[in-house]
Amino acid sequence: MSSSKNMTLNLKVWRQKSKDAEGKMVDYQLKDVSPDSSFLEMMDQLNEELIAKGDDPVAFDHDCREGICGMCSLMINGRPHGPEDETTTCQLHMRKFSEGDTVVIEPFRARPFPVLRDLIIDRTALDTIMQAGGFVSVNTGNAAEASAVAICKCDSDLAMDAASCVGCGSCVAVCKNASAMLFVSAKVSQLALLPQGQVERRDRVLNMVKKMDELGFGNCTNEKECEAVCPKGIKITNIARLNREYMSAALF
Amino acid sequence: MTTSKKLDAKIPSGPIQEMWDKHRFEMKLVNPANKRKYSAIVVGTGLAGGSAAASLAELGYRVEAFCIQDSARRAHSIAAQGGINAAKNYPNDGDSVWRLFYDTVKGGDYRSREANVYRLAQVSNSIIDQCVAQGIPFGRDYSGMLDNRSFGGAQVSRTFYARGQTGQQLLLGAYSAMMKEVGKDKIKLHVRKEMVDLVIINGKARGIIARDLVTGKITRHMADAVILATGGYGNAYYLSTNAMSSNGSAVYRAYKKGAFFANPCFTQIHPTCIPRHGESQSKLTLMSESLRNDGRVWVPKKTNDKRHPSQIPEEERDYYLERIYPSFGNLVPRDVASRNAKNQCDEDKGVGETGLAVNLDFRDAIKRDGLETVKAKYGNLFDMYERITDEDPYQVPMRIYPAIHYTMGGLWVDYNLMSTVEGLFILGEANFSDHGANRLGASALMQGLADGYFVIPYTLGNYFASNKFEAITTDDEAFVEAEKISNQLTDKLLAIKGKLTVDHFHKRLGEVMWEYVGMARNEAGLKKALKEIPKIREEFWQNVRIPGSGEELNIELEKACRVADFLELGELMARDALERVESCGGHFRDESQTDENEALRDDKKFAHVAAWEYKGEGKKPTKHLEELKFEYVPLSQRSYK
Repeated sequence: MSSSKNMTLNLKVWRQKSKDAEGKMVDYQLKDVSPDSSFLEMMDQLNEELIAKGDDPVAFDHDCREGICGMCSLMINGRPHGPEDETTTCQLHMRKFSEGDTVVIEPFRARPFPVLRDLIIDRTALDTIMQAGGFVSVNTGNAAEASAVAICKCDSDLAMDAASCVGCGSCVAVCKNASAMLFVSAKVSQLALLPQGQVERRDRVLNMVKKMDELGFGNCTNEKECEAVCPKGIKITNIARLNREYMSAALF
Repeated sequence: MTTSKKLDAKIPSGPIQEMWDKHRFEMKLVNPANKRKYSAIVVGTGLAGGSAAASLAELGYRVEAFCIQDSARRAHSIAAQGGINAAKNYPNDGDSVWRLFYDTVKGGDYRSREANVYRLAQVSNSIIDQCVAQGIPFGRDYSGMLDNRSFGGAQVSRTFYARGQTGQQLLLGAYSAMMKEVGKDKIKLHVRKEMVDLVIINGKARGIIARDLVTGKITRHMADAVILATGGYGNAYYLSTNAMSSNGSAVYRAYKKGAFFANPCFTQIHPTCIPRHGESQSKLTLMSESLRNDGRVWVPKKTNDKRHPSQIPEEERDYYLERIYPSFGNLVPRDVASRNAKNQCDEDKGVGETGLAVNLDFRDAIKRDGLETVKAKYGNLFDMYERITDEDPYQVPMRIYPAIHYTMGGLWVDYNLMSTVEGLFILGEANFSDHGANRLGASALMQGLADGYFVIPYTLGNYFASNKFEAITTDDEAFVEAEKISNQLTDKLLAIKGKLTVDHFHKRLGEVMWEYVGMARNEAGLKKALKEIPKIREEFWQNVRIPGSGEELNIELEKACRVADFLELGELMARDALERVESCGGHFRDESQTDENEALRDDKKFAHVAAWEYKGEGKKPTKHLEELKFEYVPLSQRSYK
């Protein structure tokens, strides 16, 4: 539906046929974009036009489109998930852009996140880190009564703040070291703050950090870019906690 | 009415309170040392699939798990906001296993199986224990104890929550349990791999054919049992609150291989979704039902009243849910709230640009409890609403409208969660058993985890111990044939090279489904849908355009395979809706209502499960009936007044 509010955008999009193919930026002009559309609905509109013209659509990752599954990514004008604070790409709306804007759209880039096609990347490295310790080793059926242990609301709330991480990888993508410290610290913090996480506290932090290093993620040099772009507002105080956990596990 | 011979629900005998314990004792066990000899394939890594894969691996079975996303942490269970029910009775307000059972059967409008629902209520408390032990940060009060909130369809507070992200936290709990087992090589995890067919050998489900979504390669996978936990089929409507990749293909293809499809017309419309903005809308976003705890639903009393809500004085507002249902008020079940919103809009009292919305107002809650309290409870939901609509719900009432959200129908299962195909088990939203014709809020998470953590680990063991499994290989004829058919399907789709996109057809299907198989249905409309859907399907197979090849990451091909199935499943839904000439829960037939426009059941004719058997392409499926007996919750007209 055309409306006077609708705008024309100049898109520069990363196109890459497969993991091993060479990629390049391609320009597209897209007309009649509704400001009420989400960013990914704008991409849908581009794809419908490309298919109609006989071109391949732009492949990008997305799923829930509610900002919670962590599947969507995209570097939008050089910033993961675009210009809005604490907003995933799927929750970014086109009213944040203006008529005639140039929008540069690239995949998240980091050595541990190879591009699979166009804007789709492989983030299984994050799962591999989780496999090294991002859990409490309690088997099904082996749980005590839920109310047996009281947990201070303050700790529980802090744990919840950390647990909000959606695993999108924007912290890695924005970091000049491609560090996954914010991601790792979120899980380490959540479980270190809760009584259930105490038994494996030391092994968890040592194993997760070791795996992170092995997979080619860098270290943290306190630039705070991760905190600035995290769509869930995960704070770098978690990285401070991770460092304390790591120190005490390594030293004592 | 008699139950079809093909539908033995295998409900244990004896009083309902003792059935599960008795059954657990009577089921055969697999010796710990022998468990590693048995293998299971789990398709889907949401709450049901993730919890099943982890629990089975912990027991020692060899597990292969599949998901279509890039990680097992992304399944759409993650989007559930409000909470998970359990009969803990921590608030001391009169809850019990019996009351949760009773509420769920009544809320489902007497179309669920009592024995399954009782077991669900029974294991609900263990789920909370397990989740707390995994380190899930449930909401707590200042004493450090677990907090509860209330939800639609219940008069007690039994809902546990983790802010507005309960589904996320529970899923990450199941995911972490899975990762623990993947790290130990007890689960072989396949990401970005989609099941395209079920393989049956000598009458037993023994494997699947999968398509690697990155390379396009078709692969064969064998096991001693197959578990589908692939969620619902709400995306048949194109616009729904489901994730973009949520689809009905796994269950539909199992249906084509002999699993009966039960009550496909039972779909749930969620009353509190953000209204659509225009043509480019790709999906709908739900606002948690928990908002109805504090938000008051209203429309202007005058028709076509276009004034700003703040300019409409109190006496000119109609808080219609509180007026019509004084005892449940804004907390009536979902189907009742949805239909009433539609009724108001049909009377031209709807608000917003399209007139297809009602107000959900927090003014009084903010006045009563203070801004900070409301923010603490619903902050993230309010933020989400503002991001999408550009309006501040602390200042202006939210606008909401119903949308397709959940499908109570699904593959038929017996008490052991086994389908009509031996060795094929169905968990979570993908099966039909626990929610009848309407699911209560905060019960989907409960059911997914009940099936995965506390039911399948027992019933699958019994299946293994009671059967003999001949040695097979993936070179078996059934695998070769299924792979051939899968390849032919993608080749056929790619060869069409038509003019219209997959989304074009999906949208057209969605329009027909919403119009005629949506919130209110009638004979003429359903007959129209049964004419229209095959037409769209025919055109799809002649004129769809899918660029690229089958040997690469091809997003249009992925979608096309799923839409091709929706184009058949939609017809089955309409057929089932047409033949169920009664209203119950989410299935509302215009012809069957009380004088007060409430759903009117016909228990004499329809107190049954309608399970459909596939009979081949172009042939009418056969309907089998399972009679539903209500021995513990007496049949009565639901009333929330």
